[in-house]
Amino acid sequence: MLSRLQNTRLIAFASRPLSLSSTRNAGTVKIEKKGDVAVVKIDMPNTKENVLGEALSNDLTEAFSKLENDETVKSVVLMSGKPNSFVAGADITMLSKAKDVADAERMSSEGQKQFARLAESKKPIVAAIMGSCLGGGLELALACHYRIAVNDKKTQLALPEVMLGLLPGAGGTQRLPKLVALPTALDMMLTGKKLKADKAKKAGFVDVVVQPLGDGLGPANEITHKYLEDVAVKTAQQLASGTLKIDRTKPLMQRIQNAITSNRLVLDNVVLKMARDKVMKMTKGNYPAPLRILEVIREGIVNGSAKGYALESKYFGELAKTTQSAALIGLFNGSTDCKKNKYGEGRPINELAVVGAGLMGAGIANVTIDKGVKTVLLDVNESGLERGQNQILTHLATGVKRRKMTLLEKERIVSNLVATTDYQKMKNADIVIEAVFEDIGLKHKVIKQIESIVRPDCVVATNTSALPIAEIAKASAHPENVIGMHYFSPVEKMQLLEIITHEGTSQQTIATAAQLGLKQGKLVVVVKDCPGFFVVRCLAPIMSEITRLLQEGVTPEQLDKITTDFGFPVGAVTLSDEVGLDVAEHVAHFLAGALGARVGGGNPQIYTDLVAAGIKGRKSNKGFYLYGEGKKGSKKVNEEALKIISKYRVTAPAETNNVEDQQIRVLCRFINEAMHCLQEGVIRQPSDGDIASVFGVGFPPFWGGPFRFVDLYGAEKLVAKMDKFSRVYDRRQFEPAQILVDYAKSGRKFY
Amino acid sequence: MLRLSFPLQESIRHASNAVKRVGPNVVLVDAVRTPFCLAGTAYKDLMAVDLQKEALRALVRRTQIPYEKIDHVICGTVIQEPRTSNIAREAALLAGFPDKIPCNTVTLACISSNVAVTDAIGMLKSGYANAVVAGGVEFMSDVPIRYNRKARKAMLGMQKAKAAGEKLKIFGEIAKNLLSPELPAIAEFSSGETMGHSADRLAAAFNVSRKEQDDFALRSHTLAQKAASGGKLTDIEPVFLEGKKPKTVKADNGIRVSTPEKLTSLKPAFVKPHGTITAANASFLTDGASACLVMTEEFALANGYKPKAYLREYQFVSQDPKDQLLLSPAYAIPRLLDKAGLNVKDVSVFEIHEAFAGQVLANLNALDSEHFCQKWMKRSRVGRLDMDKLNKWGGSLSIGHPFGATGVRLLAHTAARLKEEGGQYGVIAACAAGGHGVGMLVEAYGK
Repeated sequence: MLSRLQNTRLIAFASRPLSLSSTRNAGTVKIEKKGDVAVVKIDMPNTKENVLGEALSNDLTEAFSKLENDETVKSVVLMSGKPNSFVAGADITMLSKAKDVADAERMSSEGQKQFARLAESKKPIVAAIMGSCLGGGLELALACHYRIAVNDKKTQLALPEVMLGLLPGAGGTQRLPKLVALPTALDMMLTGKKLKADKAKKAGFVDVVVQPLGDGLGPANEITHKYLEDVAVKTAQQLASGTLKIDRTKPLMQRIQNAITSNRLVLDNVVLKMARDKVMKMTKGNYPAPLRILEVIREGIVNGSAKGYALESKYFGELAKTTQSAALIGLFNGSTDCKKNKYGEGRPINELAVVGAGLMGAGIANVTIDKGVKTVLLDVNESGLERGQNQILTHLATGVKRRKMTLLEKERIVSNLVATTDYQKMKNADIVIEAVFEDIGLKHKVIKQIESIVRPDCVVATNTSALPIAEIAKASAHPENVIGMHYFSPVEKMQLLEIITHEGTSQQTIATAAQLGLKQGKLVVVVKDCPGFFVVRCLAPIMSEITRLLQEGVTPEQLDKITTDFGFPVGAVTLSDEVGLDVAEHVAHFLAGALGARVGGGNPQIYTDLVAAGIKGRKSNKGFYLYGEGKKGSKKVNEEALKIISKYRVTAPAETNNVEDQQIRVLCRFINEAMHCLQEGVIRQPSDGDIASVFGVGFPPFWGGPFRFVDLYGAEKLVAKMDKFSRVYDRRQFEPAQILVDYAKSGRKFY
Repeated sequence: MLRLSFPLQESIRHASNAVKRVGPNVVLVDAVRTPFCLAGTAYKDLMAVDLQKEALRALVRRTQIPYEKIDHVICGTVIQEPRTSNIAREAALLAGFPDKIPCNTVTLACISSNVAVTDAIGMLKSGYANAVVAGGVEFMSDVPIRYNRKARKAMLGMQKAKAAGEKLKIFGEIAKNLLSPELPAIAEFSSGETMGHSADRLAAAFNVSRKEQDDFALRSHTLAQKAASGGKLTDIEPVFLEGKKPKTVKADNGIRVSTPEKLTSLKPAFVKPHGTITAANASFLTDGASACLVMTEEFALANGYKPKAYLREYQFVSQDPKDQLLLSPAYAIPRLLDKAGLNVKDVSVFEIHEAFAGQVLANLNALDSEHFCQKWMKRSRVGRLDMDKLNKWGGSLSIGHPFGATGVRLLAHTAARLKEEGGQYGVIAACAAGGHGVGMLVEAYGK
């Protein structure tokens, strides 16, 4: 779910119309007549995407009431004036204007009413869809009588409201289940999944697919748009004259399936129950929106549309005012911001080289070649190189299997990869990323070797999670070209890229590295060089607190449960095993040395003992859990590890020994370190910290990140909690950062 | 350097703009073909090699060339019959050619026999040969349908299997896969799109209406019928088919002048429901073969042949196999003319391969589109070709389109039309799968 969020363009932020007064016609809608067909074109001035806001709403209402009374018009085509965007969703700023739950509910029911008028129109309305058709845009299309969509990559249909903690509030929850099989409707609304036109037709909510045209008498997108219009106009005429009858009869098997799933007993006890169980398993009940969506869909099926619409508005109003929605919308804004280039024009990147074909190196190469950039992947070890190549090819082959790309596209991507054991091959690189083992001596050696081959202006990036960049740059003849690029594993999936600048890094180098990251599709956060940078630095105290909890006798399973219950995607103990206990040990000692007592708490000696006993986490098949035996996914606690922990057993103070306190204890250590980072200027702004936390370590998305958490939870409340902990534990570990104290006092917010 | 002293060496005008010509002049002596027949009709019991043999034999008979003067045989084909994968060799042997003449087969989709001709030109220009036979064949009445990969794998594994149990298992695997054979691909390998679908999108991209396509198809059939009944299709050599009911195939059997009403009534064949290409405005699956004799001018004259035309220039092009799959003529024609230093107006005969009516018209519109010419060819609009010069004896839509044989048919018609119409320059242009295409410049001989 999370990984989809950043790709979602549910709601584009339109420049607010200049006049919000009730004067009609803001010029967002144009009507053209083609014989007896009226073509209504939505075209919001001065913006790339159409969004449903007050102005557009008013203009549409006006246009349709005019057409309804126009005798010369027999049918209507509704489309966009922009080839790239049908309607990209509702204007989110409208929501933030809602004063309270009732106000938001009213917005939803007004939208419903407006769309109902379209649906009830006697004249057939054909939606001609090209470009993003998301959220309110799809609901608008669903209210039309017939849908024709272009089958290109940009035309995506989805109801992604759930990603923002909302539900489709303009009739979507009621209309979609009538057109598609219930499981499809659930899948779309609960995950916000995007469908291309051909898939949408298969699902049943698009009637005709138009294949895109190439360049012809005009640019491809323009003539495709025109072609779509022609097809839609003809279809509208046929619908009006009765030569085309709408026939959405499903194949027999699907009808039988539909009959079964809409049976109330089956619906409640099987279909919705399964969906609910799945939602609960994935969200631990932390996200109200998916549960509400299930209820609203059920209401429509069981008690009829009228009740369904009413409940849809009611819950939309409620959800719009939840903290979860606020946090998710914040994340959406933050990730949009992290996709922008704010760092100036870098050097053009025609060729990248990656040193080290491990999991990371191969991953970095993968996300570069598939953007069309030639990449030299180097490993001095031939079998290591083969492993890396195989990682890339397997990943791409899966893409072909899942129809994310064609065979041709895949093979052209593969052509961009040069796998080699010969350093000379990188001599034309514009940027080299080294992803060798985290050892300063080795990194120095590699950097010297790189610089002996590449041009003197080549950017040399180091992929490290903690080693100071300034330290690494000491081996370089051109330290201004040296920069840190901290990717997260698996690179193909994890969106975050932490770019670390040291004092001497040039602006050009920053711009070039950021440009590469953005090209790779990453969310780029630029941070200053400091021990652990941002992500690992914040992770160190939280790890320490987890160690302490283990010492206090909380079992690994309990600890995993309380962290996942709180909203972390992976339990804290499991995460340690995944990262590797040797790495954890290394980081703990290193950061304890660099940051002092604030990082302390748990006894890092535990890790030393564990590693000495060969317990290194998943990679050694034993960590806090045992791996490799029994069924996949099942894991047993490693008694050997528990024995080592028990040597360091401490007694938990009674006053903080409840689950909520344990959760906040863990969390506040992370948050407090994030505050220090902001205070010290390690991160540029709170939203960078939030994005890095959510996308880098899985900070609960519905809290939106540490800074958003403070806003939503309350700085004062958090400081009070920390005060309580500091009375029981070492004060230095729970001493709120100055900025947090200030915000608690003044009541200021980060957002 | 005898070659440089040829009197007609400088016969092309505007030579200053043109690419410098190298090697001797190459001439077309004659070209023949079998009648083109709808797949599954007259030739249905033959093999491809039989048709190619007929064409080669007819060419030798017509030109009276002694075998020993033929230096090489090249034939084009698209769908190879596995037993005759070098069909040029097998056909030549069957046609009575001595076994001392090397033969090779070439393939480039619908312009395979154009490649046979241009390869021949290369052989003549390089001095390797004096006289080359170039031809091509396609036989759609029979195509290699294979067992699927699993069955094939099991069959190959059979040889290694020893134990009875193992053999039984392989039998099972074969039996399981017997009924799901693999057909020759009809879709472009790179894009997965069928040619008809791509052509329909192309027609839409260049704003070609259904009516224009139907009209063009009707024009093609009407002109072909007129040419046939007027005795103009002299490239045809009859094919005698023995058997219980022996018969001689003398004419193409796909030419059918329909009514506009009937054409309008057909449903789209590829893009449904709003497509514009139908069975009637697309070329049909055809059996047929062709062959021609090309020589250096010097050799032809020295041996008493009367050349029909010069083969002047050629230009292969290729582009996006998805959105511009069939748009090669638009690219090839201006490049070819530039190369020769000629203008569209200098050309009196155009023979453009008609894969689909919509495809021909899209190419014509592309040449006339400022946007297209600027964006894709970095040049100003070429302009509209004169329809009175285009495919005056019909085209692939009506005469038929045996993929591997059409190129030589285009050449034969261009040369014959130049003579008949008294023109000097003729241009051949054709598109082919893979986004390929070719343009060839033919000049009337002795004009």
